[in-house]
Amino acid sequence: MADNLSQPFDKSAMTEEEKRQVNKEIRKQIVVFALMIFLTIISFLAVGADIVPRSFAIPFILLLAVVQFALQLIFFMHLKDKDHGWATAFMISGIFITVPTIAALMLLIGVVKY
Amino acid sequence: MAGHVDTSKGLPSHPERATLEGKNKFLGFWFFLGGETILFATFFGTYLGLRNGIADGPSSQEMFHLPLVFIMTMLLLTSSLTSVLAMFAMKKNNFRAFKVWMWITVLLGLSFLGFEIYEFYEYVHQGFGFTTSAFSSSFYSLVGLHGAHVAFGLSWIIVLLIRYNKSGITLTNAPKFYVAGLYWHFIDVVWVFIFTVVYLMGVGGH
Repeated sequence: MADNLSQPFDKSAMTEEEKRQVNKEIRKQIVVFALMIFLTIISFLAVGADIVPRSFAIPFILLLAVVQFALQLIFFMHLKDKDHGWATAFMISGIFITVPTIAALMLLIGVVKY
Repeated sequence: MAGHVDTSKGLPSHPERATLEGKNKFLGFWFFLGGETILFATFFGTYLGLRNGIADGPSSQEMFHLPLVFIMTMLLLTSSLTSVLAMFAMKKNNFRAFKVWMWITVLLGLSFLGFEIYEFYEYVHQGFGFTTSAFSSSFYSLVGLHGAHVAFGLSWIIVLLIRYNKSGITLTNAPKFYVAGLYWHFIDVVWVFIFTVVYLMGVGGH
């Protein structure tokens, strides 16, 4: 059986139902993409056109970045799909170390106020 | 290894994870991405710590040009969508559509890289070199590290596309393309934080 690993297939084993699911999924991804573009434009406007108060702009754009980060991971990188438990675990441990790393480096260099 | 994969009806609906090798690549790559997150975190932390140390050099407000960054962001976000569409074409065993979407991804990535090279070239010309200030060093390290990832990801995808140009979607190359696609999304995710933390906070965060 091992020889068919490098054989192309003339058809997909997907059932009609699975194909419908995939098409639904594609539409969902395009909606998510539109949402990400929208968030990007908002954050550029927030800084470039001063539509939010200066003091609030940084927490605001950071929040938008975190939302985009989540959208990318969950939808584009399929973390929401079944059997992605380990992938999620690895990514969460990465983030779990990331946040203290950034905080520690900033404090180490002496930045205490933002 | 393919012994327990049923290929009699055609391409399995998850070709990237149909074989044990594919499953292992998938798992190992996510492990790697968890580590990459931490690598970038150290660069981000350094940048955030040093970004006010401009010495005699120009400040971020003087250097950064938001319209350019906006175009670069749009290019990279769109390339993330096209690589998602490529993966769906792969699942449906549509090799032609898959290749078209992948090459569009590559083109968008190349134009992003072109803009970045132009940006760095301009900055250096305006007297903002790597050793100008702590701010410039940390800026070039962080953004340059990301740019190196983009260049590496592009070469990776181009090599795969040329290598498997005529082979169709198989259980051998599907995991390879899938993992390269994950890497590409990861690059995009990092860019979201770069345009927010470096460029937008650099222009509006003082």
